[in-house]
Amino acid sequence: MLNLFINSMLIENMVFAFFFGMCSYIAVSKSVKTALGLGAAVTFVMVMTVPLNYLLQVYVLSPDVLGEGIDLGFLSFIIFIAVIAAFVQLVEMIVEKFAPALYNQLGIFLPLIAVNCAIMGGSLFMQQMVGTEINTVGDSIVYGLGSGIGWWLAIVMMAAIREKIEYSHVPAALKGPGITFIITGLMGIAFMIFSGVQL
Amino acid sequence: MKLSKNFTNPLAANNPIIVQILGICSALAVTVKLEPAVVMGLSVIFVTAFSNLIMSLLRNGVPSRIRIIVQLVVIATLVIVVDQVLKAFMYDVSKQLSVYVGLIITNCIVMGRVEAFALGNKPMDSFIDGIANGIGYALILIIVAFFRELFGSGTLFGIQVLGDWYTPNSLMLFPPMALIIVGCIIWVHRSFNKDLQEK
Repeated sequence: MLNLFINSMLIENMVFAFFFGMCSYIAVSKSVKTALGLGAAVTFVMVMTVPLNYLLQVYVLSPDVLGEGIDLGFLSFIIFIAVIAAFVQLVEMIVEKFAPALYNQLGIFLPLIAVNCAIMGGSLFMQQMVGTEINTVGDSIVYGLGSGIGWWLAIVMMAAIREKIEYSHVPAALKGPGITFIITGLMGIAFMIFSGVQL
Repeated sequence: MKLSKNFTNPLAANNPIIVQILGICSALAVTVKLEPAVVMGLSVIFVTAFSNLIMSLLRNGVPSRIRIIVQLVVIATLVIVVDQVLKAFMYDVSKQLSVYVGLIITNCIVMGRVEAFALGNKPMDSFIDGIANGIGYALILIIVAFFRELFGSGTLFGIQVLGDWYTPNSLMLFPPMALIIVGCIIWVHRSFNKDLQEK
């Protein structure tokens, strides 16, 4: 399990190895504070939706579980996205009702999360790993947590670098997204040192 | 006249990937070789065009409170169609694309164009807008895949182009290089379009 956690967090990092969640990663990494908020929200939603989708995958979508010859596998995209969208909506309403202060901090990020590829990607990878790395609900929670924290780590580091880079002389045409892409690429190369780590 | 402007605008001046920074998530991982990149581009053109068309037809009948869910259902359905067609007719490519076909659902280009264009325009205009944005996306994919396959394996579409004298640079096949190439494309693009440069 620890291996799965390290693997999903550092080696197969959502941002550096799979480019998941790049849109909000580029857009929201301007300040460390907002990056922390979005990272926390993404991690939370992932820890909840990956296990939910795992249960659906095992008890509804797999071949022959609902009856001989019934294979609902082709519905997995629509069911996963529905679970994620519904969950995000639910979280938004609960947080708004019971923790208005937190809502004001996270509020703007919550709707963004429904279309964050990292969340959907986590569920889709989980679907592929069922039966190999992921065999229990516990595994799926660990996988969601590791992937979420990996994404969180990446966006916070990027935000910290971008705050510093404000003071550097970047060529005019590279300012903004251009330099962000290149730095992300260099960070990705740095993260490649983790590949092959086994615990 | 307006129609043709709608068409050419997303190709370069307002390209979804390098100007609006949308849909990077699924864009970069499929660019190791040209063939999956072309297939991915075509899939996205199909999905953006038809989701724009369908949502534009439905735009007066859907209450704005539930529009996100309706959009997700329409988009997810189209993506399932693409996924099933790929699995049936191009199995090898669909294996290479793996989860990234499913991630077209959360591709911000699709949602973004529906939100920004299709909900306020006539079906025909929306359809053209969808096609053009899809092509703008495919164009960047193909440029990135061209460089990565040429320098990473010395081939194009799997055919040997560079001779035996060339030692393939396998670093180009690693994910971080895709980010760096996109960064460079943005750099070149903004050098020619001075109005896009940040302060």
